[in-house]
Amino acid sequence: MSDEHAYHIDGAVPETPENDPDSGAWRETNVIGTRQPRIDGYERVSGTAVYPQDVSLPEMLHGAILRCPHAHARVLSIDTTEAEKMPGVQVVITGKTPGADMPWYEGRGQFHGHLFDEICRYEGEEIAAIAAETPLQAVDAILAIKVEYEVFPFVVDDDKALLPDAPAVRKGGNMVGEPRVRERGDIAAGFAEADVIVESTYRTSCQIQAPLEPHGSVARWDGNRLTVWDSTQGVFGVQQTLAKAFGLPMSNVRVIGHYMGGGFGSKLETGKYTVMAAIMSRMTARPVKLFLPREDCFTSTGYRPANTMTVKIGARSDGRLTAIEYHSLGSGGAYPAGAGTSFLAAYLYTCTNVRTEDTTVHTNTCKERPMRAPGFPQCAWALEQAMDELAAKLGRDPVEFRLQNILTEFQTDSRRSITSNQLAACLTEGATAFGWTEAKKAKKEHGHLRRGVGAAACFWGYPGGPPSTVIVKLFADGSANLNMGASDIGTGTKTWAAMIVAEELGVPLDKIRVEHADTATTQYATASGGSKTVPSDSPAVRAAAIDVKKQLLGFAAEQLETTAADLVLEDLTITSRSDPEKKLALAEVERLDRRGLLMGTGYRDPNPESKRTYPFAAQFCEVEVNTRTGEIRILRFLGAHDSGRVLNRLTYDNQVFGGIAMGIGLGVTEERILDGNQTGKMVNANFHDYKVPTILDVADDHFCHPINIPDNEFNNTGTKGLGEPATIPTAAAIGNAVADALGVHAPVAPLTPEKILAVLGAQEKEA
Amino acid sequence: MTKKKPVDKQPESGVTRRGFLGSVGAGAAAVATGVTSRAEAVPEITDPEEMVQIALKINGRLHRLLVEPRWTLLFVLRERLGITGTKAACERGECGSCTVLIDDRPRYACLTLALEAEGSEITTIEGLLDGEELGQVQQSFVEHDAFQCGYCTPGQIVAAEGLLRANPAPTQDEILHGMSGNLCRCGAYQHIVNAVTHAGENRKDGGGS
Repeated sequence: MSDEHAYHIDGAVPETPENDPDSGAWRETNVIGTRQPRIDGYERVSGTAVYPQDVSLPEMLHGAILRCPHAHARVLSIDTTEAEKMPGVQVVITGKTPGADMPWYEGRGQFHGHLFDEICRYEGEEIAAIAAETPLQAVDAILAIKVEYEVFPFVVDDDKALLPDAPAVRKGGNMVGEPRVRERGDIAAGFAEADVIVESTYRTSCQIQAPLEPHGSVARWDGNRLTVWDSTQGVFGVQQTLAKAFGLPMSNVRVIGHYMGGGFGSKLETGKYTVMAAIMSRMTARPVKLFLPREDCFTSTGYRPANTMTVKIGARSDGRLTAIEYHSLGSGGAYPAGAGTSFLAAYLYTCTNVRTEDTTVHTNTCKERPMRAPGFPQCAWALEQAMDELAAKLGRDPVEFRLQNILTEFQTDSRRSITSNQLAACLTEGATAFGWTEAKKAKKEHGHLRRGVGAAACFWGYPGGPPSTVIVKLFADGSANLNMGASDIGTGTKTWAAMIVAEELGVPLDKIRVEHADTATTQYATASGGSKTVPSDSPAVRAAAIDVKKQLLGFAAEQLETTAADLVLEDLTITSRSDPEKKLALAEVERLDRRGLLMGTGYRDPNPESKRTYPFAAQFCEVEVNTRTGEIRILRFLGAHDSGRVLNRLTYDNQVFGGIAMGIGLGVTEERILDGNQTGKMVNANFHDYKVPTILDVADDHFCHPINIPDNEFNNTGTKGLGEPATIPTAAAIGNAVADALGVHAPVAPLTPEKILAVLGAQEKEA
Repeated sequence: MTKKKPVDKQPESGVTRRGFLGSVGAGAAAVATGVTSRAEAVPEITDPEEMVQIALKINGRLHRLLVEPRWTLLFVLRERLGITGTKAACERGECGSCTVLIDDRPRYACLTLALEAEGSEITTIEGLLDGEELGQVQQSFVEHDAFQCGYCTPGQIVAAEGLLRANPAPTQDEILHGMSGNLCRCGAYQHIVNAVTHAGENRKDGGGS
């Protein structure tokens, strides 16, 4: 992945104008940085929050989708006669239905095929859709559709896609473009210079986002106006796709996403199911609700690709890196999509001679979707374990060895500087807080249990940026509305946004109401993903609040016959600095009282030119490996994070622990299993066999250590993103801890008991 | 097409076939808290076309309605009664998002037929509210930020409530096992432990739910 194309949104990104240049960074804060429970906590714990799947409209129909059961096939015929006669069925659509025979675009307008394709390139490709009076009737009717397929040979394993006899997933072969190469210096000279070299191959398995709320939408038409409730990470991209699909003006498409039950990247793009719901709603003139069953969420809504990564690193005896060579292979499925991982390998460590290569291949699987830090956790799994191997060869402490080599600038030809880089602090302060040195020395053997500690470092390659437009309305009674387009995907967006308003205007949190994620009533924001909502939208929130404050002080200055610069707003009272006798309570500001409200607009300013911005992190963990069962127990985890200024410490901690939980999934429990030999089908498309970590699988104790240093050069809140770096180094830290316990690296994630026992078995044989 | 369901009064307490079916799928908390159950005789086979009249007592209120025998309690709650706090996420007893209390015990509503739930006290997340006031476990979840997207949260809270009703002072290990039947993909587990621990301490000190 690269920061150029990660987390794209559907269609062009409007720019936002510049703000009035105003106050610089916060010096002291009263609200920002404290621990604040979420302002929508009540709704989320009481059951009153209406998620898209909870939407129920009068006369609403229920949709279901028939999907191809084969990994690769051509549809020869579809007979819907019987299905149409089934009880409750109101409409059946296929690729031949007028209005449903539309082309399908993804990403930045790439042609992706059709809404329903004759050629099915993965298990789960859409064949037909039905809307019926009840959900069960829709499912019953789906089963009555008769489809004839011509079944083709398939390839679902990425490491088999380029074999000479591999079936072609698409015309033109199974390579997705040319391998992506990043290169600097002279790699051969670098290795010639090295005193020590390690070379290893690591592999991660395919991880699925698996948000708890299934993918789905409710669509309703009023004449030629379309309203959609969608479980999405970004309502505006969905609006653009729907406007294009139905030839509607943007103003006629309203997409609402007030609550949504998790996405992790799988809900960044518009789903075909959304368009199908809208088509069927239009044809029946009734609202249609279409949510995917869990199995379809596993087979058809994206994943983090499996990757095989070979890392070769050379260093001098003094520990300085001389060369890094990295190759990664992965598959983004049957449609154009990236499965590259090399960004972290190319730039995390200072090294003159680097060559990385990403090969992406087609397989008969659904398209990947950018799962939480696409490419980075896989790369960390390989790179950070190879760094530990190298440290061991050099006889160096892994943390100290990293400290010697971490990046100090962005090492492209232009050698751009980084606005703020606290990675060294993440490593040193994290190690101290964790008790790294003592833990490293502690006894490893405890009967049949072996303990080990591991660390890993990272940055995240996408900083966020414009556009974002936010409106703050201050009412004469001292309460406020905040109006922003961003989705709150569970990361606490609404809460930190309210905290910024509270910080700037002094309005208490319980008097701030946030309207968000509704294309009809809020302003454009990019989708919430890529750890960019805080760094992209928080500056616009602050700018809007400052705009309100300026107008308010202007009104008060007129009334008090002084200048705005002489006035200070505190606790909703305006006081003159020069003459503290001159003061006005908010309700006494006459022009505000006459207007009823003051409205301020804020925009996200551009990122600094010619510089890069990254969040950084180091994580530490201690594990206990049961040599009898092969099970790994994670005793404790610590995340030390440089994400700039901490807005809300309570949700910050939660985000770090959540990222660690997902990383534990990648490292220890989760794996999509495809039947590569006989059917090409996913054999564990359910939560019983696909192991999302439970409360028993995460660490016994979690610690969060923020390096709370604002990046004031980057934006006016000093913030960088957190969601992705929270999960990037996790699996790698576990891999290193397990290697510390066993004395050898287990190269293939997830580290299931079988794999650990295999490693132990091999060790025993050798001994 | 409809008939009055034959009167099939359930025992007042202890072991029922609902308990058996529920504990197969849900019951993580029940197991952890030492509640056991056994199977009863298999009920007679019902014609799937037939609508059956039942009465469900949900959050203290009696709902009379016609159901297909195949309808789950989850389906009836969400799609027939509009009680949508209970979430549907896997609908096969693997994630816990639909956890409700049936006679104080956490059960997966997706694995409980509506028919089976007749005669029991059914409590959903909405039933833990006192008017507009949050219940004690709900309040603790807010204070400890024991959720992110919030979709699994009603199930988590109901599971915690069931755990604490059976065992007001659970150990950390009992909390982990009691909550292990509820997946949280956002990974708010550490905060869930904090919230349940705190709610338990409050209850021990005499606070109600």
